[in-house]
Amino acid sequence: MAIVTTSNKACSVNPLKMSQPIGGSFAFLGLRGAMPLLHGPQGCTSFGLTLFVRHFNEAVPMQTTAMSEVATVLGGHENLEQAILNLYNRVEPEIIGINSTGVTETNGDDVEAFIRLIRQKHPKLEKLPLVYVSTPDFKDAFQDGWGKTVARMIEVLVAPVDAARPRDTSRVNVLPGCHLTPGDLDELRTIFEDFGLKPSFLPDLAGSLDGHIPDEFTPTTIGGIGVDEIATMGQVAWTVAIGAQMRRAAEAMQVRTGTPFRLFDRLCGLIPNDEFIAFLSQISGRSVPWKYRRQRGQLADAMLDAHFHIGGRKLAIGAEPDLLFDLSSLLHEMGAKVSAAVTTTNSPVLQRVRTEDVLIGDLEDLEELARSRDCDLLMSHSHGRQAASRLNVPFFRVGFPMFDRLGAAHLTTAGYRGTRDLIFDIANLIITDRETNHGPTPDTWRSTCGGPQVHPPQVH
Amino acid sequence: MTSLPTTIQDVFNEPGCARNASKSNVERKNGCTKQLKPGGVAGGCAFDGAKVALQPFTDVAHLVHGPIACEGNSWDNRGSASSGSDLWRRSFTTDMSETDIVFGGEKRLYRAVKEITEKYDPQAIFVYQTCVPAMIGDDIDMVCKAASAKFGKPVIPINAPGFVGSKNLGNKLAGEALLEHVIGTGEPDYTTAYDINIIGEYNLSGELWQVKPLLDELGIRILSCISGDGKYREVAYSHRAKAAMMVCSKAMINVARKMRQRYGIPFFEGSFYGIEDSSDSLRQIARMLIERGAPAELMERTQALIAREETKAWAAIERFKPRFAAKRVVLITGGVKSWSIVAALQEAGLEIVGTSVKKSTKKDKERIKELMGQDAHMIEDMSPREIYKMLKDAKADIMLSGGKSQFVALKAAMPWLDINQERCHAYMGYIGIVKLMEEIEKALYNPIWDQLRQPAPWDEFDRKRQATTVAQMYAQAADPVRDASKNGVNTISSCNESEASGGESAIAAHGPNLAKPAGPCTNSTARCVACKDIRSDLQPPALQAAE
Repeated sequence: MAIVTTSNKACSVNPLKMSQPIGGSFAFLGLRGAMPLLHGPQGCTSFGLTLFVRHFNEAVPMQTTAMSEVATVLGGHENLEQAILNLYNRVEPEIIGINSTGVTETNGDDVEAFIRLIRQKHPKLEKLPLVYVSTPDFKDAFQDGWGKTVARMIEVLVAPVDAARPRDTSRVNVLPGCHLTPGDLDELRTIFEDFGLKPSFLPDLAGSLDGHIPDEFTPTTIGGIGVDEIATMGQVAWTVAIGAQMRRAAEAMQVRTGTPFRLFDRLCGLIPNDEFIAFLSQISGRSVPWKYRRQRGQLADAMLDAHFHIGGRKLAIGAEPDLLFDLSSLLHEMGAKVSAAVTTTNSPVLQRVRTEDVLIGDLEDLEELARSRDCDLLMSHSHGRQAASRLNVPFFRVGFPMFDRLGAAHLTTAGYRGTRDLIFDIANLIITDRETNHGPTPDTWRSTCGGPQVHPPQVH
Repeated sequence: MTSLPTTIQDVFNEPGCARNASKSNVERKNGCTKQLKPGGVAGGCAFDGAKVALQPFTDVAHLVHGPIACEGNSWDNRGSASSGSDLWRRSFTTDMSETDIVFGGEKRLYRAVKEITEKYDPQAIFVYQTCVPAMIGDDIDMVCKAASAKFGKPVIPINAPGFVGSKNLGNKLAGEALLEHVIGTGEPDYTTAYDINIIGEYNLSGELWQVKPLLDELGIRILSCISGDGKYREVAYSHRAKAAMMVCSKAMINVARKMRQRYGIPFFEGSFYGIEDSSDSLRQIARMLIERGAPAELMERTQALIAREETKAWAAIERFKPRFAAKRVVLITGGVKSWSIVAALQEAGLEIVGTSVKKSTKKDKERIKELMGQDAHMIEDMSPREIYKMLKDAKADIMLSGGKSQFVALKAAMPWLDINQERCHAYMGYIGIVKLMEEIEKALYNPIWDQLRQPAPWDEFDRKRQATTVAQMYAQAADPVRDASKNGVNTISSCNESEASGGESAIAAHGPNLAKPAGPCTNSTARCVACKDIRSDLQPPALQAAE
């Protein structure tokens, strides 16, 4: 059981953390025809937008209420009203997802009340769903913003259940954490469908940010789950939540509609996937398709082939709690030692990370720990690249943001197949490092503290 | 020390700004405070602008005082290059918590400065104010003053919280901070008659180093570059330069003008993008230095160097001419930068069919007409949707723009090249312009475009099927007898088009002369029970005949 501590530095150096509001906007990006709107100064949106664009290499819709200093003094009602009306008239979104920021929270804007007033004044907005989530910058982190936002979507958008109607046993709600990529969601969708189940992903980033080419340029998201589909999610037999951050949303669904849920802490690794597949077999009443029996074998074989390389590695990992738990567990199970673990925010899974201590801190902390504990593999999002090059250890990029490599959206770690590929990628990185940096020389094993070297006399 | 509102007013009233000068008195009074339209903006804030302008100072610790959003969401995202310290690439922020908001963040800020001093011992610390601490009244000027006295090192307040305005305003406020706290606080070891400042150049992708060897060859010393590959000490003694070149005029004109006013350093607005502009700039530098006392022979050497470099560059561009014949370019960028490369693009044989004039003044527009002819398509403020349509309709062969519009071009299967800050290639000076031509050629002639512009094979099936369905409708309408014999079923299938596609795709797969019914291939009957009865109506003649 890991001890969780918080860094007590006044100055965060090389932050690992990103802010809560953009985690919220990220969730709204998984809805069809959506326009995420940050209630705050324009910079809040601009920074988040740049981050998403660089990670996905996609045009990303995101707007701002453009709070100026004067507007902040006067309160944000008017700016919010203008923003909603402008978006309604100009881009015709199917939904506007609003997250608060540090400025409007410090100001104490009562946004729910603003929305009621705006709706009263403009009856034409009656049909336009507006979901508001409180996400101050100065509390919590990215994945918290995501979790809170999905929970709020459920509270606002899922229609009350008709108790007389039977639940649709062929459908499943899936609530994925923000550490899952569009590639992961596609993989999971296939798995659900192979069991004859029809999954509704909330949010569905695979529909909107998987990098497809639209026929026409749209100013809102170009795919994802529709508001109409979300409304029907209460009538479904099961909810599957992935990652502890989704517990809040799964519980919100249960409270609102009585839908039972099963939370999977992780879907990367052999045993977690065994549990997942067994669960699907159980709720679908179908036997496990041949394909997955075979994939399980492939994963087992990958573990056999890779354990030579991964076993014994001293791992330093910096990631948000659910991703940290996911990856550290897998590598622990592969024989690596999790020597340094740094995360962004508190979570119940942190105590269960297979290491001695988890620090809520920054990448400077991770770098220091990795150096003092002699780690030889570093994992984090792209910002860890500087630390890795200073430490001169192999660096595996994972999570968000990944702005200096391509294909971040399709990095797949879920399911037997995703785990198998991840294991190969990590093992190959280690092999490359060994070949490039650790080739043997005549002096590699020469003792430096032994006696003087004896040179035999030369014989002609 | 002046208050922030006074500074902002002062910055807006910029006599050196052409745009400001062209305004009427009433307009000028309103300043550049363009009211931002909620729900309709996408630009950065003042803090963003200040950080962009100053972050290229390499040996300074840049400390952002605010909640995690301001720095955590934005650090490590610019491609400036450093020849020395990498301190500027590290990120420092107070990451204010709820407790700090309640009790004030000044103490935390002070402790942060202390930690940085102890751990990294930088030449100086720049402290950036952001919205939330500005709202709760954290006085960063006082904290910086106290910390500076205590730790014996410059701790400079950069007062540009995001909500005071745009990115551009932030650039200028950053300049004001330099003028107030840094410039003139140090002395160089020695001065020469060939010392210049370059203002508003950020050394993105190291592009300054495409030009620096030429200056070195002429014996011209960059005393201080604000701020690309800059060092704190150099800015502090930059007031000893003999002349200055202002590169990105919109960003730091206040710095250049006030340095002229205070220290008598003449400046000109120039650019190293494009051949002619590079030559003009070199000549201007030489002329100004000579006016300030440098030997006149500098001009001869400069002219000789220009002649040599121009010949080389034009010769290098020559080989692109046949490749670029009849190729059309759209330039979407912030006005100023585009002119300087227009000449080079035209010389290489490219036709400029449009350029953005969103940030250009009236004078700018006249110059564009002069350069590109009366027919030049000036794009005032085109929505992404319109640009996309324009590109899809193939009115151009390549688009050059900043990163924001890249996906508009790429998704239209249109070659695109980044010519703004985030790009990863350097395009400055005589070498840079040739590099730009190379990149354009690579983009234009990449084989992917041919493949990507081909529709997926099923698009063709879909079109054929639609045509057949329509033909069927007409046939029915024209033959009421046959229509009646079908018991009045004259509507097209009520299920969606994919149902009807079965027969059609079977034709496409097997060719039109089917020997036997396409039943096994279609499996369409399983999909739609309701429409089964009228299906025969929808089947193309070949199929009906086969049945």
